[in-house]
Amino acid sequence: MANALFNYILRLADSTIILAQRDAEWTGHGPYLEEDLALTNIALDLFGRGKALLEYAAKLEAKGRTEDDLAFFRSERQYFNAIITELPKGDYAFTMLRHAIVDTFDLLLYSALMSSTDETLKGIASKTCKEIQYHQRHSFAWIKRFGLGTEESARRVSDALEQLWPFTDDLFDQAPAEVDLINAGIIPDRSSLKPAWQNHILNLFNEVHLKPNTEAFMQSGSIKGIHTEHLGHLLAEMQALPRMYPNATW
Amino acid sequence: METNEAQAVFESKLANNEYIEPKDWMPEDYRKHLIRQISQHAHSEVVGMLPEGNWISRAPSLRAKLVLLAKVQDEGGHGLYLYTAAETLGTSRDEMLDALLTGKAKYSSIFNYPTLTWADIGAIGWLVDGAAIMNQVMLQRTSYGPYSRAMIRICKEESFHQRQGYEIMTRMAFGSPEQKDMAQDALNRWWYPSLMMFGPPDTESPNSEKAIKWRIKRETNDQLRQRFVNQTVVQATYLGLKVPDDKLKWNPEKDGYDYSDPDWNEFKNVIKGHGICNRERINARQKAHDNGAWVRAAANAYSQKQNQQSEAA
Repeated sequence: MANALFNYILRLADSTIILAQRDAEWTGHGPYLEEDLALTNIALDLFGRGKALLEYAAKLEAKGRTEDDLAFFRSERQYFNAIITELPKGDYAFTMLRHAIVDTFDLLLYSALMSSTDETLKGIASKTCKEIQYHQRHSFAWIKRFGLGTEESARRVSDALEQLWPFTDDLFDQAPAEVDLINAGIIPDRSSLKPAWQNHILNLFNEVHLKPNTEAFMQSGSIKGIHTEHLGHLLAEMQALPRMYPNATW
Repeated sequence: METNEAQAVFESKLANNEYIEPKDWMPEDYRKHLIRQISQHAHSEVVGMLPEGNWISRAPSLRAKLVLLAKVQDEGGHGLYLYTAAETLGTSRDEMLDALLTGKAKYSSIFNYPTLTWADIGAIGWLVDGAAIMNQVMLQRTSYGPYSRAMIRICKEESFHQRQGYEIMTRMAFGSPEQKDMAQDALNRWWYPSLMMFGPPDTESPNSEKAIKWRIKRETNDQLRQRFVNQTVVQATYLGLKVPDDKLKWNPEKDGYDYSDPDWNEFKNVIKGHGICNRERINARQKAHDNGAWVRAAANAYSQKQNQQSEAA
């Protein structure tokens, strides 16, 4: 079960870090200064959460690897982030809609983890929930502005939805080994989160006249380390220095 | 109030070390000088996000990533306080932004140099922020109230950045041979551009005299440059790095180092737009501005619709 928990924590950490890496691509390039600062702040929260999770994973593994070893020396097939997090940042509608989808999922997931029987996970979850509430307020506010703002913004957010929707089921996939963790009260059953997630996100979409394509073919694979081709490039960039100078400390 | 009388009040405030506040009368050229200086400073913060932003995706540890991201965010925040301070003088953010994008307004030339290795992130914190602090410490007591208050806040964060930069340099300089080479190379490339940050020599600085008279500045370019050299040489020595200046020598008479001047032709060239990154920096700002246009339009349209709705209700 220790191994199952290690893998599970990696899954949480990977989604967090990959999304942060995408968000941080906007730093210095945001649509205006205040928004640049806001999104950078969100990326900071995410990297902070990712670091805490990987520290815990490293401790669970107890093989002398550090959180940085886990972040910088695993390859595509060893990353278990939800596929939706690795997609290129796109335009601001894409970035914000992805956030609205992931924030809503994360808020449910980490709220449930606040009642975990694992004290460390519980601690990380309670800190992170406050942050996610803020992230969700931020992303939801933007989806309303886009959906109800101008023709162009409504078109862009609708295009973003078409691209993102097929990757939403992947968030709810569960590895067979996670059943033991669920039974031990360490983690929630992901399928139990789905009705509430749908409820929140479809309410938002209704409010702004967005319609997901319910016929879309749903992608999956992240629990097996299957990804789009984008992840490899993201990792190549992120990991370049530690891999080029593996014996250096920074 | 008659202009003469108002002028006398202004002068007496300067003489008594009191602040000039937005609603006070001030001479037009004082106002213009401040708008130029504060907006230039704001632009420098915002353009300065780019060379460091270049390494966010490649920062070599999670901690380094957090520190760098927070630092770049602080710079954006400084830009924001400063734009706001400049707005109290009767200009607008749009006007200032337009001046930046059309090349009418300048920003610190140092940001037209490229960040080529991770050690450059250390060198920018250590040298560039270090030089900025030399300038900025004196601006905490500048005569214009909103500028002074913005600078007090900014200085606190800048000295933190400088320590972070020096920390990176320490890790590099005492790290592997490759890291040490990167650290030395970064010092070689950033040393003279950092000296240039204090502006032209006093003999050729057209705006300095007035700025000192108005207490916008309190020390001359050369005085500040000398202090920077004295402080930085000691720090470089601790790191085991060599300042790239063969003429560098302690001079007991002036209680400071003799040092070589930077290449002022290079300085002028970069200001004219011939630095390796000038175009890219402005293009990056222009692109962010253009790509953000529909986002801002959507936000405006939405808030107008909300207002109409609440009025109708």
